[in-house]
Amino acid sequence: MYGNDFASPSDAPSASPEPVEPGLEDFWRIVGEDGRIEPRDAMPEDYRSSLVRQIAQHAHSEIIGMQPEGEWISRAPSLRRKAILMAKVQDEAGHGLYLYAAAETLGVDRAELLDMLHTGRQKYSSIFNYPTLTWADIGTIGWLVDGAAIVNQVPLCRCSYGPYARAMVRVCKEESFHQRQGFEALYTLSHGTPQQHEMAQDAVDRWWWPSLMMFGPHDSGPHATAGHTAKSMAWGVKRFSNDDLRQRFVDMTVPQAEALGLTLPDPDLRWNESRGHYDFGEIDFNELFEVIKGNGPCNAERMANRRRAHEEGAWVREAATAYAEKTAARRTAGAA
Amino acid sequence: MSGRRDWPLFEVFVRSRRGLSHVHVGSLHAPDAELALRNARDLYTRRQEGVSLWVVEASAITASSPQEKDSFFDPAGDKIYRHPTFYDIPDGVEHL
Ligand SMILES: [Fe+2]
Ligand SMILES: [Fe+2]
Repeated sequence: MYGNDFASPSDAPSASPEPVEPGLEDFWRIVGEDGRIEPRDAMPEDYRSSLVRQIAQHAHSEIIGMQPEGEWISRAPSLRRKAILMAKVQDEAGHGLYLYAAAETLGVDRAELLDMLHTGRQKYSSIFNYPTLTWADIGTIGWLVDGAAIVNQVPLCRCSYGPYARAMVRVCKEESFHQRQGFEALYTLSHGTPQQHEMAQDAVDRWWWPSLMMFGPHDSGPHATAGHTAKSMAWGVKRFSNDDLRQRFVDMTVPQAEALGLTLPDPDLRWNESRGHYDFGEIDFNELFEVIKGNGPCNAERMANRRRAHEEGAWVREAATAYAEKTAARRTAGAA
Repeated sequence: MSGRRDWPLFEVFVRSRRGLSHVHVGSLHAPDAELALRNARDLYTRRQEGVSLWVVEASAITASSPQEKDSFFDPAGDKIYRHPTFYDIPDGVEHL
């Protein structure tokens, strides 16, 4: 989720080879040639439905993701940081809208998708169920959470479904600002007073493991057939396994942590010369599945805020509709 | 609550700078064209991506059908004489 698609072990479908149904020859040829499928093309029903689920969950993650950071807009330490944070949170709203529009090309309605979110039938990334306790969390989210999202999202710019790929190109262009502003905010704290440094370290200690969980459960080696990965790869939606993406993220993040003057909370983290990668400790996926199930620290609060925002915005939507109807009626009367 | 369900879908086109045509960038929902334009400004040009915007109600677009792709576009396939490379020109002849 948040650009990655996985489920808890209980609802993971088994990956079965796709028989070529008549009428889908073009689909498989295009996917085989690394081409793009467009909205009105024939496509397997489970390609369509799994894309709807993945894109919708991605969209939900973008808009729920506005909450942990939005909480700090009024408490940003300077006007500069406030302007930056507002721009970032606004971008996340935009990402949600690009993605809802991409999902709608598959024949679903945005209102339906929002209903699914509000009633808990569709999920959002578990990372947003953690609290933002201090200002250092804002820098850490930009650096680690947006950083992990970028690693997940860059390969999606080449995914086989055209509208999703195009939306991801826009999203990725904007994400690099998100990550850099976070890194800069954290660097400032880390090189500030001892208390500020401690605050930065504390935030990194809390966000590191949840960030690694963003890539999903193991899906390579002995776990290669678990979850959606095999199918998703055959469809050209997913390009790399969760484990490969996570490794990529760890490898690029460790030197950045050194530059920040902060440590990552993993005693097993060390460079492995023979692999050419950093080794790291075992991830507690029970925590991930608990948070997905709704037992994270902020699940209830995030959902309550989302529903409240939707309900309290109803009068605005209704007023805009009424105004549009009134002016349309006036125009027709004027033309007659 | 049903307000949004009724909002039509608009396709958004952006002219990134003078001298270029408008290019499709995505879509959005809005109660009318005027608000669609304002929403498109906020959604698709937050970083000066455009100098001009078009919004068109998606339902107003007539599109060719992907199922008829072959019969629809094939007639152009065998008319290679429409391309300059079809013609043999003696060596040494320039500006042609
Ligand atoms: Fe985003
Ligand atoms: Fe972001």
